[in-house]
Amino acid sequence: MSIKNDIILRLENITKEFPGVLALDRVSLEVKQGEVHVLLGENGAGKSTLMKILCGVYKKDGGKIFIDNKEVTINGVKDAEKLGIGIIHQEFNLLPFRDIAQNIFLGKEPRKNIKLVDVIDRSVMYKKCRELLDSLEININEYALVKDLGVAQKQMVEIAKALSSEVKILIMDEPTATLTKNEIDKLFNIIKQLKAKGVSIIYISHRLEEIKMIGDRVTVLRDGKYIGTVEVCDTSTDELVKMMVGRKIENLYNRTYNKIGKEALRVEGLTLDKRIRDVSFKIHEGEIVGFYGLVGAGRTEVAKTVFGEYKPDKGSIFVFGRKLSKLTPTEAVKNKIGLLPEDRKEEGLTIKMSVKQNIVQASLKKVFPSGILKEDLELEISKKYIKELNIATPDAHKIVKNLSGGNQQKVVLAKWLLTESDIIIFDEPTRGIDVGAKAEIYEIMDELAKKGRAIMMISSDIKEIMGLTDRIYVMYQGKIIAEFDHQNYNQEEIISFAIGKGEKHG
Amino acid sequence: MASNNIKLLIKYARFFILILLFSGFSLLSPHFLTFPNQVNILAQAALLSMVSYGMTLAIVTGGIDLSMGSVLALSSCIAASFLKSGNIIDGILIGLIIGLLCGSINGLSITKIGLSPFIATYGMDWVARGLAYVYMGGTQIYGFSAVFRFLGSGQFLGVPALIYEMAIMTIVLVFITYKTIYGRNIYATGSNKTATRLSGVNTDKIIISIYSINGLLSAIVGLLYISRLNAAEAVIGTDFTLNSIAATLIGGTPFSGGEGGVAQTFIGAVIMTLLTNGMNILGISSYWQNAVVGFVILFSLFIEKTGKVFNRNRLEMVPKSK
Repeated sequence: MSIKNDIILRLENITKEFPGVLALDRVSLEVKQGEVHVLLGENGAGKSTLMKILCGVYKKDGGKIFIDNKEVTINGVKDAEKLGIGIIHQEFNLLPFRDIAQNIFLGKEPRKNIKLVDVIDRSVMYKKCRELLDSLEININEYALVKDLGVAQKQMVEIAKALSSEVKILIMDEPTATLTKNEIDKLFNIIKQLKAKGVSIIYISHRLEEIKMIGDRVTVLRDGKYIGTVEVCDTSTDELVKMMVGRKIENLYNRTYNKIGKEALRVEGLTLDKRIRDVSFKIHEGEIVGFYGLVGAGRTEVAKTVFGEYKPDKGSIFVFGRKLSKLTPTEAVKNKIGLLPEDRKEEGLTIKMSVKQNIVQASLKKVFPSGILKEDLELEISKKYIKELNIATPDAHKIVKNLSGGNQQKVVLAKWLLTESDIIIFDEPTRGIDVGAKAEIYEIMDELAKKGRAIMMISSDIKEIMGLTDRIYVMYQGKIIAEFDHQNYNQEEIISFAIGKGEKHG
Repeated sequence: MASNNIKLLIKYARFFILILLFSGFSLLSPHFLTFPNQVNILAQAALLSMVSYGMTLAIVTGGIDLSMGSVLALSSCIAASFLKSGNIIDGILIGLIIGLLCGSINGLSITKIGLSPFIATYGMDWVARGLAYVYMGGTQIYGFSAVFRFLGSGQFLGVPALIYEMAIMTIVLVFITYKTIYGRNIYATGSNKTATRLSGVNTDKIIISIYSINGLLSAIVGLLYISRLNAAEAVIGTDFTLNSIAATLIGGTPFSGGEGGVAQTFIGAVIMTLLTNGMNILGISSYWQNAVVGFVILFSLFIEKTGKVFNRNRLEMVPKSK
């Protein structure tokens, strides 16, 4: 059939200007029926703005939109819905205390008339909901409340919700950001089913390996400009990266393995209710040690317990051979331990405050010598780190909230560099960060290890963790169940331990 | 350019309101712009502003202190009985200790027991007010020594003592909040408690100290208040809590925490007092006065929101990572 090649959506020269910034500069995009079209670009490249125009959230300043070769005007979310455009947001728009069917049919509940009164036809609604879930092979009870669902299940509900009306084009904004490996597989299955039904999918993602797995074609945006559209099967990852960042990133993981020094951190028999069970490990100077495992395996809990945020039931922590008597974040910072938390915005930054205020927050004594603020000093120190870490901000007074994810992470990093921490814990340091900033963060981590810092790195990205670490501890259900040296890294083996099916060979 | 002007206008909106009120009242009444009346306004603003500073600190840390008015009453009533028996120093110290104690209990129940600031201080409000009634048993204590009365109603170089006291308090608190580590940590805690704790700051300590300071401030204002009235009874200070919330909001410290501050609240307290004073001079009924104060609160929050919306539209101007 020729349907496969019909252009269902065409965006022509879309332009959008925000005060002082040209967010989209004559961007074009063509989507075929039944394809997965990946929209790729760094943070701030204009992907989300383009999609928001398509969904009627923003109004375009110029350009045309064609659906089925007819020009259309989209003035609001309702218009987009009528044209068969659906979107699954990164953050879910679900009502937690309503059940799945009520969420899916919110605002478009099936109606019936009882004695001239228009009421919701509940039996039809739940029946239709079940059919919808079955057709997507989603195995969740339609009466379950959304608050009781996991992240992946919520996402499935979002998809079902988007598909409950006639959707021709489905936009997915970084759908895998919070999913585990298994859940991603499930999502990809659903995407394949949708494709088979002729639904076109616009897929926004940072993860290059996913594009290979699921995408048909890729359109790359950079700095609000259209860079090009390519077939996934004819294009190498390196080429995609090059299109995306405008330069070639030689080798993402460039690790110089150093001679390891003294033991910096030793943890013995750490236990925290059922979340951490009898965990012991060591990290030496100059070493990057990875913690790999599924979400919920207890890695973040180990990090936060070492940092004093959680109080362990049992176990001891030694810093350079000295046992810590008190375990609180304040003590941890005094003992030169730093933590880049998993959730940057909630735990790493005071996002309403400025870049400089965030950078100095863990070493206030440096800019308040004798207890009184020296503003020049604060500015000077923060400027130094802004330059050193290449933080993209107009100045040091900028509120952190307005920076991109990668730059926010660099601010957190600057905070711990300023404390001159000997032991730095990176918890998912590159989640939601574009590839350019990722490369920079890897470089800094390598640099830190060279200088003799001891680094603990938690990551769910197997490539990243294998590429950067000296050793990997694999955690499963709160326990360390395997340890690998970088000479013996084997992806399948590490993953099989992480999902609880591991057996060490040799 | 236009957008910058709007931004400036929003930033200094309170000054415009102040100037507007000031010139409006001056035109409408010849009595308004006289030196005695201006001094009077500042003196009236003094007590309110000092309570409001405490409220502001609580709100900046993301909390609220609903007990200030009652702690003020309890501490000053107990102090009054000691003052009456003659020893001024004892009386003042007892008052301050009672205030500090109530405040620390607030702080401890918020951090160590985990009550929300609203609940903890609301409970304390009832307890302190109740104890004040029990202590006074429906009586009044009046007629303090001249030395004590000077604190709240004396004059120095033709200017009421209250104005000096307010000035000192304002300068000290502005300095502490903007120039010291402690001040920085108050803002950081209010902006994001978890992130601040994970930067090595003992945020519990910060919060306990803030509510203790509030207790202390309530006691200080209580003492000045009974000195001014030359009498103490259990019902005093009921309006202070809500008025100080109003002054904080009008000044521009939002409930979300981490923003605003003592200096803004000074403006808020002056606007509040100016409104009441001007309307009194014009002979506007007190019913109308309440409505006008409410309108001003809503209007300043409206400005706040407009500012936020304005900033949100500018969000897309984020520089791209290179």
